[in-house]
Amino acid sequence: MTVAEVVERLELEALAAGELKATVAGGYCSDLLSDVLAHAQSGDMWITHQRHMNVVAVAKLKEVAAVILVRGAAPSAEMTGRARSEGVTILRSSASAFQVAGRLYQLLEG
Amino acid sequence: MPPKEKLLHRRVFILLPGNLEQAGSVSGDVRRELVALGVEQDIVRRAGVVCFEGEMNIAMYSEGGRIILLVADDRVELLFSDRGPGIPDIELARTPGYSTAPDWARELGFGAGMGIPNMEHQSDRLEIRSRLEGGTVIRAVFRRGRG
Repeated sequence: MTVAEVVERLELEALAAGELKATVAGGYCSDLLSDVLAHAQSGDMWITHQRHMNVVAVAKLKEVAAVILVRGAAPSAEMTGRARSEGVTILRSSASAFQVAGRLYQLLEG
Repeated sequence: MPPKEKLLHRRVFILLPGNLEQAGSVSGDVRRELVALGVEQDIVRRAGVVCFEGEMNIAMYSEGGRIILLVADDRVELLFSDRGPGIPDIELARTPGYSTAPDWARELGFGAGMGIPNMEHQSDRLEIRSRLEGGTVIRAVFRRGRG
């Protein structure tokens, strides 16, 4: 499944669009940056409440397929600007992390 | 120590204290330079994570410092050095879950107590030297090619 398909199925809003044809391998849900650095896998969708510049750096380092901000969190213009220049996809959902993770799990593993 | 192979690349990055928003940019630069030099993808990934953790520690805890990237045929090294309070108990700092991060940093998702454990796990060798009220030096080595 591609990022674009997940965007459509989970009704996500694209705040910064990188490679939307990238394949989604899995998901990781965490607000602890070091935990993501240690355990997220390349191609995962990273579900988080964090919305600052370092999220873009971590997303890029781990080569995640996209970042999903939950509960309608609004990132700064600097963060989305950096994400665009780095080619990192930032998506947003109005749903909770629990709901987004559950739906993504169903899509990928169900 | 076996004789080291000659350096292919050396780069120094200067880090200012407390600049957490800009922190993360050195790991991006390191990553790009390693890719451009044709370094193995596995090392690019691991060195990127180690650099990010080291960079954040310098930004969060020190009065500024620098990161030196060294690339040779047989290895990649990252040398972190800072002026600052130093680490009173290095063994404790190596313990997963132990953190002295302030609340403001924890709210940003730092301070999980996984920084140094991550650096150790992702590098082939990690040396930490620290002097109280002086500063900290960390050397991370990634071996190329020969496992």
